[in-house]
Amino acid sequence: MSKIVTDVVCPFCGTLCDDLEVSLSDDGKEILEVYNACAIGAAKFLHAQASDRITRPRRRQEDGTWKDISYDEAVDYTAKMFAESKKPLMYGWSSTNCEAQGVGSELGEVVGAVMDNTATVCHGSTLIAVQDVGVPGCTLGEIKNRADRVVFWGCNPAHAHPRHMSRYSIFPRGFFTGKGAKSRKMVVVDPRCTDTAKTADIHLQLEQGRDYELLSAIRVAFRGEKLPDVVAGIPKEKIYEVADTLKEGRFSVIFFGMGVTHSLGKNHNIDIAIAVTRDLNDYTKAAIMPMRGHYNVTGSGQVWGWQFGFPFCVDLTRGFARYNPGETSANDLLMRDEVDSFFSLGSDPGAHFPNESVKKIANLPSVCIDPHITPTTAVCKVHVPVAFVGIEVGGCAYRMDNVPIETRKVVDPPEGMLTDEEFLKKVLDRVREIKEA
Amino acid sequence: MAEFLVKNGFVYDPVLGINGDMVDVAVRNGKMVDASDVGTNATVIDAKGMTVMAAGVDIHAHIAGPKVNVGRNFRPEDKLFNATPGKGVMRMGGGHSVPTVLRTAYTYAKMGYGFALEAAMPPLLARHTHEEMRDTPIIDEGALPVFGNNWFVLEYLKNNEIENTAAYIAWLLRMTKGFGIKNVNPGGTEAWGWGLNCETIHDVVPYFDITPAQIIKGLIEANEYLGLPHCMHMHGNSLGQPGNYGITLETLKLAEGYKPKGDFGRDQVLHNTHLQFHSYGGESYTSKGFASASKEIMNYVNSVDNITFDTGIVTLDETTTMTADGPFEHHLSHMNNLKWVNSDVELETAAGIVPFIYGKNTFIAVAQWAVGVELALMAKDPMRCFITTDAPNAGPLYRYPRVWKWLMSLKARDALLEDAKYGDKVRNACYIGELDKEISLYELAMMTRAGCAKALGLSHMFGSLKPGLEGDVVVYPYNPETADDPELIEQAFGNAHTLIKGGEQIVKDGEIVSNGNKRTFWVNCKTNENAQVQHDISEKFKKYYTVTENNYGVSAHHYTPNPYVIEVDATK
Ligand code: SF4
Ligand SMILES: [Zn+2]
Repeated sequence: MSKIVTDVVCPFCGTLCDDLEVSLSDDGKEILEVYNACAIGAAKFLHAQASDRITRPRRRQEDGTWKDISYDEAVDYTAKMFAESKKPLMYGWSSTNCEAQGVGSELGEVVGAVMDNTATVCHGSTLIAVQDVGVPGCTLGEIKNRADRVVFWGCNPAHAHPRHMSRYSIFPRGFFTGKGAKSRKMVVVDPRCTDTAKTADIHLQLEQGRDYELLSAIRVAFRGEKLPDVVAGIPKEKIYEVADTLKEGRFSVIFFGMGVTHSLGKNHNIDIAIAVTRDLNDYTKAAIMPMRGHYNVTGSGQVWGWQFGFPFCVDLTRGFARYNPGETSANDLLMRDEVDSFFSLGSDPGAHFPNESVKKIANLPSVCIDPHITPTTAVCKVHVPVAFVGIEVGGCAYRMDNVPIETRKVVDPPEGMLTDEEFLKKVLDRVREIKEA
Repeated sequence: MAEFLVKNGFVYDPVLGINGDMVDVAVRNGKMVDASDVGTNATVIDAKGMTVMAAGVDIHAHIAGPKVNVGRNFRPEDKLFNATPGKGVMRMGGGHSVPTVLRTAYTYAKMGYGFALEAAMPPLLARHTHEEMRDTPIIDEGALPVFGNNWFVLEYLKNNEIENTAAYIAWLLRMTKGFGIKNVNPGGTEAWGWGLNCETIHDVVPYFDITPAQIIKGLIEANEYLGLPHCMHMHGNSLGQPGNYGITLETLKLAEGYKPKGDFGRDQVLHNTHLQFHSYGGESYTSKGFASASKEIMNYVNSVDNITFDTGIVTLDETTTMTADGPFEHHLSHMNNLKWVNSDVELETAAGIVPFIYGKNTFIAVAQWAVGVELALMAKDPMRCFITTDAPNAGPLYRYPRVWKWLMSLKARDALLEDAKYGDKVRNACYIGELDKEISLYELAMMTRAGCAKALGLSHMFGSLKPGLEGDVVVYPYNPETADDPELIEQAFGNAHTLIKGGEQIVKDGEIVSNGNKRTFWVNCKTNENAQVQHDISEKFKKYYTVTENNYGVSAHHYTPNPYVIEVDATK
């Protein structure tokens, strides 16, 4: 008989499913099976068991090979790196718990770092748009229970957030949506014919990079004003139809992703998508929500919000918090050679940053905290493997709709391994020692 | 543990009947003691020429949680030119109307406060509120979960099932580690789920087929069924609407006939928060159309003894409004056309956040200021009237001392009206011109600590210097015998000379020297097994929530590492 752990929270994507069941070996040490998760979620749990997993910190030698070091040595290297830096960049913070984010914030304050999270290459433009115009939103349960018009704009949940549609947005039968998918009209706006688009009632296959025009045209259509025959490759009849569909709904929601946040127009696309949602609230009820990627990128913005007042691009180097994306954003700092050391935790900038930035990282004193071997560890000087949050240690994470859920510990980490939070605390203590000396 | 002897100060403690007398005040082992009970090595604080009180108790402020953090994150401009670096034990701080949690703590400490109640916690997001409270040092805090639009409550109260409502409330307080019952725009916020509202207490809530009046009475009854420390905490329907005072009177009258139950020493069954926003006459915001109805409201409040209120006084600043009254914020965003955040929470509540500028040169902002000030000046019983700004809704937290100045000085009020562009019109539309009362320090102590502590059911811990209470003492550099310039009030009460909290010195010579020993207060109310309610809870989680029942409750470990649990037994 294997043991079953229920109500497990998946530490992978912003969907933050909390209904997983994990079966363990009799001794509770090994994960045998993961139920209810999608393939990527299950893989994350099973990968934690990999036999070739790195369990001790490593330091790169002159000749490029790795040498195992102790956690204490890794702590010392990291603390000294910070102490010797004028302007360290502490990046990532999205695949870890809020407890680690909290300690990291304090550490950043003590060493005078610039702190940035993965929003900088993802929904940072959304955060800026919200600072411009606000955002009418809701929790995902409101969608489940009320929404009868669901738009996916520039996102592909079928692959990026695999259980989103079944748990929250399209298929579930909620309180006022007893017929499930039949009670909803689904609209997908995407230049590609994605698997999500294939299941839509209406697919607006707009021309690449024309999101702003199309959103603007929808606002025109809401007001019953004249449109040109074709906007962004979409015939006006279609645009009027979609506008009416949204207005006639009892509750409309727009989910959007990187297709709009990082295509031409960036935060302006989000500004106007929010304006569309504001407009809709004059006719019916409507909400809009970014499809946040990492399972706790949202929490990172929350923790920095209550500690510093800003959700990303937080510059603490002057002793107080400053915020100026473009100036205090990770890639801009790297490319302009403005930082003199690099610390990564809970993300993989080696994979997600432009090549130009990654080359800069390779030339800096650098530490990467990550349970896995990644493209980032490949360019860093020290690699500190840690326990998996949500599998080997619990802690708080914020779902894409800002609902905080406490992730669970399912198994012990390999003997002697530290968690993110423990490692950061040790570095903070060591930094304080060095500063006092 | 440290001992303190505060000597030579002018002491104000309405509970002990001390009105400016020079008596010694002592703290030992974290508690107030008789001055004769501390030893010779007690730290002596010379309060000569200064004012000594028990630490302040804030009954209503928005200082931690999801909507507060929205206010921070979506308003970078709120941090412009006001960031402060860390210093000594203090970490960096920032924010004017929505300060970071660190700055919130330091602000309270400098104003001499020891306890604050976060006024609205969405249950599903309770962890967020707790994370922020945990990271707010120094002050003790508790938070009120919101109930007035919760589906369980609506369904039970529709059938007048008080016992089930009470059992559910007790369960939810345990799950969320909440302090009591908040009731915001009853029914209206659920209606907002469809973009609608309940504008009077008789509007029927769509689908749920219940009226706000039923919800209000039901929550009072459930509160008294359980005998909770605090009473039902009310933010009524039609907040901010000209002419709303009639709705407010109807709301207050729903409390008639109810008496407080339980062992916590409060006298009221209904606390009406930010009453200023609910005391408007007239029919528009113009100088011709608007009228204060503070007199009408206070005539009623003064005539009963089971209602308390806080003022919500407008401070005439740029600020950030935030409330679980979703439809109100939507309405507000249409009035000022500034950015608007809305955040509906499944089965429970909503929130809206909109920046707002109370311009000194507009008629309406100054009229709102007048209404709030009038309420406090007209209150016959200072133990039932508490001074707040509904921070940050009517004004930022750090403005409390300025508000006290207005209440304590006719000269300061006259100067403000003199200076305001429409001062005369405000005198015409409001009662402010008729009022020459000045609040005394003795009354101030009731309105900012003794009364608040009693209304919260915490008079056995806070609000007085009586031996046995928490060792929470503040010394303000204010000499009541010599001070004649009202500006000295604002200066002194925002810059405490000394704060001792839980027997530890937090502020020393005006500087923060310790982050204290912050506690989170919550109420653990035991009720009899209730199979019906348990069943309903499981059903709702299976069908309608997007988290599982087992993932709903806030665990102690991460979220309330230093709890203070108030036990209530409602099984009898
Ligand atoms: S959808 Fe996301 S959170 Fe849910 S199981 Fe898949 S990876 Fe995990
Ligand atoms: Zn309030």
